[in-house]
Amino acid sequence: MKYETIIGLEIHAQLLTESKMFCACSTKFGAKPNTNICPVCTGQPGVLPVMNQKAIELAIKTALALNCKIEKSSVFARKNYFYPDLPKDFQISQYELPLATLGHLDIVVEGKKKRIGITRVHLEEDAGKLVHKGAARIMGATESLVDYNRTGVPLMEIVSEPDLRSPAEAKAFMETLQHLLQFIGVCDAKMEEGSLRCDANISLRPAGEQKFGTKTEVKNMNSFKAVFKALKAEEKRHEEVLSEGGKINQETRFFDDITEQTIGMRSKEYAHDYRYFPEPDLVPIEPSADWLAKIKNTSGELPEAKRDRFLNEYKLPEADAEVLLATPALTAYFEECLKLYDHPKTIANWLMGDLTAYLKTNNLAIEQINLTPAQLVEMLQMIDKGTISGKLAKTILVEALKSGKTIKDIVAEQGLTQISDEGEIKNIIDEVIEKNPKQVGEFRSGKDAVVMFLVGQVMKLSKGRAKPDAVQKLLRQKLGQ
Amino acid sequence: MKIDVEAVAKLARLGLSPEEKKLFGEQLSRILDHADTLKKLNTDKVEPTSHAIPMKNVLREDKVIPCANVDDILLNAPQAEEHMFKVPRIVE
Ligand SMILES: [Zn+2]
Repeated sequence: MKYETIIGLEIHAQLLTESKMFCACSTKFGAKPNTNICPVCTGQPGVLPVMNQKAIELAIKTALALNCKIEKSSVFARKNYFYPDLPKDFQISQYELPLATLGHLDIVVEGKKKRIGITRVHLEEDAGKLVHKGAARIMGATESLVDYNRTGVPLMEIVSEPDLRSPAEAKAFMETLQHLLQFIGVCDAKMEEGSLRCDANISLRPAGEQKFGTKTEVKNMNSFKAVFKALKAEEKRHEEVLSEGGKINQETRFFDDITEQTIGMRSKEYAHDYRYFPEPDLVPIEPSADWLAKIKNTSGELPEAKRDRFLNEYKLPEADAEVLLATPALTAYFEECLKLYDHPKTIANWLMGDLTAYLKTNNLAIEQINLTPAQLVEMLQMIDKGTISGKLAKTILVEALKSGKTIKDIVAEQGLTQISDEGEIKNIIDEVIEKNPKQVGEFRSGKDAVVMFLVGQVMKLSKGRAKPDAVQKLLRQKLGQ
Repeated sequence: MKIDVEAVAKLARLGLSPEEKKLFGEQLSRILDHADTLKKLNTDKVEPTSHAIPMKNVLREDKVIPCANVDDILLNAPQAEEHMFKVPRIVE
């Protein structure tokens, strides 16, 4: 039998705030354990949480970018459960009345655009971090240590509709969402570092069937690749069970990235009854139209609109737009250059070619280089004016990236300016003619192609500083005499 | 209305003696009965509400203020190690 796969995702994104969701503790990663904590986030008696305005604004900004409806009134709720990483014994989250609902995100899979529904976007707080002793993971650990620095860090939960039909679509959704979150500057969105996390609900049903099959929830996927592999493995497991007439148990399964299989947890352990109720210490969020408009204005142009502009206004090929939009920093760099130099394709070529190659070999991000857009543009203008050759510019660029020196300094220091003085080129041509009598003879007897060899010799002697077309013209004049 | 005291106690991680189960069972049932009485009220024209006071958007600026006595918090831990709270085995 043929089966159809149904996947819905539940994503958690850490919001880029300085302080925590409900207290003034720092959200900085990597601090000494239990130094970014206070009575509020560790749940001491008598404390009062107060909402972080920035966190709400970042979540609204995301919800708007996901085309969601911002709810007129949303309310925080307590989600009650016991776990050592949760000092209050409840997590402040949103339940019945989330911040935003009913949005969508467009993804592209195998060249085809597909619209994926967003069920809801809501705010909550992160839990602490556990370090297990006596074993690498929680299973088998004899005891555990808890660091509450992460407790209370603002988290945004994004829930998709069960609109995804394959592991590849799920991966594409995560990638598109990551790009969007980074682009609008609400989240680092690095899965490997945990600032973007993903749980997936997956079920299979016979093709053509309307009713959903029993779903399982897959957790512990720490990269896009893991999302894909985990869902592939789980999809295969469902198919095997179902085609043998078996039944899928509704349960939570963990992805083991070593065996690349999902492992079921005894469902009893995860049979939760969270007893949600409205958080009495927090008042509702009711964004005014003014506030919403202000937040919308900080969003700037979304990736999709930028892409359209790159294609239509700048006439860039699709592949170029793809690369230039890969990271927000690269896009910003490109647009900064463009402000100073109105040749999109030329800039794109340099950014995608030599600059990207350098970044790749040296494992750098564009944020880490000293070369400013203004300097790159200066170099491009030098090429246009003929001060340096395009070929030499490649060397100069690498030198500038390596040394952190300015383009101007490098050109001046190394005497790399193109030779515009005809006399100087003529001297070199004379030298080449003298040294290569055989080739000169061949050229004079009609072997025209030999001229390129001679041009090459002149270029070599001039250390690349002569203009090849000028050299050829002068050479022909000289030999034609 | 009957209430499953054992289930509620388990969710709250409370160990109750048979006498306590009986006592709390009766008390909790009375609370639920009271809620049933309230349910009889016609609330068609009443907006659902989560808070008794009409306040909204009480916000704070996103500013870090380090806790003055952060090390005191760890003193609450029955056991600590490497500046972390130590807890017994989580899953069997
Ligand atoms: Zn705190």
